[in-house]
Amino acid sequence: MSKKSFRQAINEALRLEMRRDPRVILMGEDVAGGQGGSAGTVDAWGGVLGVTKGLYTEFGPERVFDTPITEASYIGAAAGAAATGLRPVAELMFVDFVGCCLDQIMNQAAKFRYMFGGKARTPLVIRAMFGAGFNAAAQHSQALYPLFTHIPGLKVVIPSSPYEAKGLLIEAIRDDDPVIFLEHKVMYDDEEEVPDEAYTIPFGEANLTREGDDVTIVAFGRMVKLANEAADRLERQGIGCTVIDPRTTSPLDRDTILDCVADTGRLVIVDESSPRCNMAADISALVAEEAFDALKAPIRRVIPPHTPVPFASVLEALYLPDAAKIEAAVKAVMNHNVTEAA
Amino acid sequence: MNASITPITMPKFGLAMTEGKLAGWMVRPGATVRAGDDLADIETSKITNAYESPAAGILRRQVAQEGETLAVGALIGVLADAEATDAEIDAFIARFNAEFSAGSAEDAEEAPPEPSVIDVKGRALRVLDIGHGDGDPIVLIHGFGGDIGNWLFNHAALAEGRRVIAFDLPGHGGSGKDVGDGTLAFFSTVVVDLLDTLGIDRAHLVGHSLGGGVALTTVKNAPSRVASLALLAPAGLGPDVNMAFIDGFITADRQKTLIPVLSYLVHDKGLIGRKMADDVLRYKRLDGAVDALRRVAAANFADGKQTDTLRPVLESAPPTLIIWGKDDEILPASHAAGLPEAVTVVILPDTGHMPQMERSDDVNGRIRAFLAR
Repeated sequence: MSKKSFRQAINEALRLEMRRDPRVILMGEDVAGGQGGSAGTVDAWGGVLGVTKGLYTEFGPERVFDTPITEASYIGAAAGAAATGLRPVAELMFVDFVGCCLDQIMNQAAKFRYMFGGKARTPLVIRAMFGAGFNAAAQHSQALYPLFTHIPGLKVVIPSSPYEAKGLLIEAIRDDDPVIFLEHKVMYDDEEEVPDEAYTIPFGEANLTREGDDVTIVAFGRMVKLANEAADRLERQGIGCTVIDPRTTSPLDRDTILDCVADTGRLVIVDESSPRCNMAADISALVAEEAFDALKAPIRRVIPPHTPVPFASVLEALYLPDAAKIEAAVKAVMNHNVTEAA
Repeated sequence: MNASITPITMPKFGLAMTEGKLAGWMVRPGATVRAGDDLADIETSKITNAYESPAAGILRRQVAQEGETLAVGALIGVLADAEATDAEIDAFIARFNAEFSAGSAEDAEEAPPEPSVIDVKGRALRVLDIGHGDGDPIVLIHGFGGDIGNWLFNHAALAEGRRVIAFDLPGHGGSGKDVGDGTLAFFSTVVVDLLDTLGIDRAHLVGHSLGGGVALTTVKNAPSRVASLALLAPAGLGPDVNMAFIDGFITADRQKTLIPVLSYLVHDKGLIGRKMADDVLRYKRLDGAVDALRRVAAANFADGKQTDTLRPVLESAPPTLIIWGKDDEILPASHAAGLPEAVTVVILPDTGHMPQMERSDDVNGRIRAFLAR
């Protein structure tokens, strides 16, 4: 056990699973670190952010290979390879590029099990980085997990820390269904203690990162860290927050969310994705339908405005949820009855 | 400085403790306390512990708020007599905090000792080896599902003037997950292998629960290697075992289902925190961990009863101390009845299956006295 970065944790998960199972292969743009390179230059990078570095050197060109810049062809190839016996991990680089290959994911990979009478397995993992905070502008900053969550047949994973990333990615690779694994690009250098061994974190089981009696906060991916910061500040002010990291949006751990709302009676949802039909909307509907009587205040959502992610850093900061906005939302739900009585 | 003012600081309950959370004050400001009275509950990464007042006086100030997490040594409260003025106490707090923040930068270098994984005759074992002294070393052997963290409150205290080695049994913690046939005999060979690897001829064995059974089996199979036995709620002295704990520990896969299972371990159920459950879950998620636990359970608790009968070992054992919590819900304290007269038996009231955690000071003191006899 030692401190590892988000990047190292993902690399280690890939490495351990490739050692364990020869059917696991990697493909994507630049995962081998530079097509056309020769010995010494290939693997110099290991993907655009260095996540797959060293894997080409250990596993060779038959198991780690660069693809042309044609998402539709290589995601389709990965889905086919999965359906015929391999366990591919395909990297889409920026999740924003899904527009080029959505048919392969939505109409093919996600549907195989259903359309072939339950006989087909599609053990495919699609890794992609997502999220804003990098000044990467509107085409490279989206948090598109609601898009995938909307499609039955896909499992959607959003790790919130290095420990979570390693265990969830190993689980994803061993899963027999297509899994979309989304890595927040601002988190690659985050560090924490991560075991050296392989371990798995089951899908559909939320993690409580804080426990408190007053307000439930549900947050995804990088937002979990911000929610924890806000919860720690609020605790010093006498407001106890439970922070739920659902880990996966599909399947979604409804029970944990409903249990915690029943205990606290107040709910704040932090979601970095565009606000219409996002996870905050989905969970709000769930709680309004199933736990209405438990609510002591209206549900509050900490969400961006319905606009493309701005490029200018001041506007991007304004766009994104942050710890201060979460803190303010929690105080607003806490003050709901107080205001009414005044 | 007014001599009657006593700082109450964040205690260091164990080796790895660098910070603690003030879970709750047990004394209100203005109340008079005696030395040894419970002042506050302190939550660590393992367990919540009551912090006893180091002195007598009036709790004049609660500096730390409930729920606040502070570094070890940070000021959490102020004890003084009635004569100290509020101004004197304010000045004391200001001075303490200024000195503490200046000092903590220097102390930051002193990291707690880290365990390392060593090769023991082809087997990877995680070992924490601390302390020096002339006497025979102590080897700490944890129980079913445990790890070196079970000795958090004991390891450093026992290692004053003596070498003390804690290790993760195979299948547990950070050690390799091969548990052989999972029997006490298997684990006792690993203990002897560890002694060989570390160049130790003879050691005092301190064993908890299943680890107590391992220690007894080591006496049976390699008597010359064992200087003495200190057994905490050991396995092997009677048939009963709480299978709801064993089965629940293996199958519970989330905090919510695991916390009630872990609650069997202690008398004071408030001690089991979410973090403790999370630590256990993290261990159980490791490849091979749950399979190892199943194998150990099948080998030692087949048909809901303990497999090994080790009472005869105590007829001719080296000096032996047995400590048992009266309210043990895993292995009943009644198993300590009817043992040979040479065995010292201590039954602790209001204590569950983890006396080394729930009554750490008491247990540490008794083991030290036993070894010094």
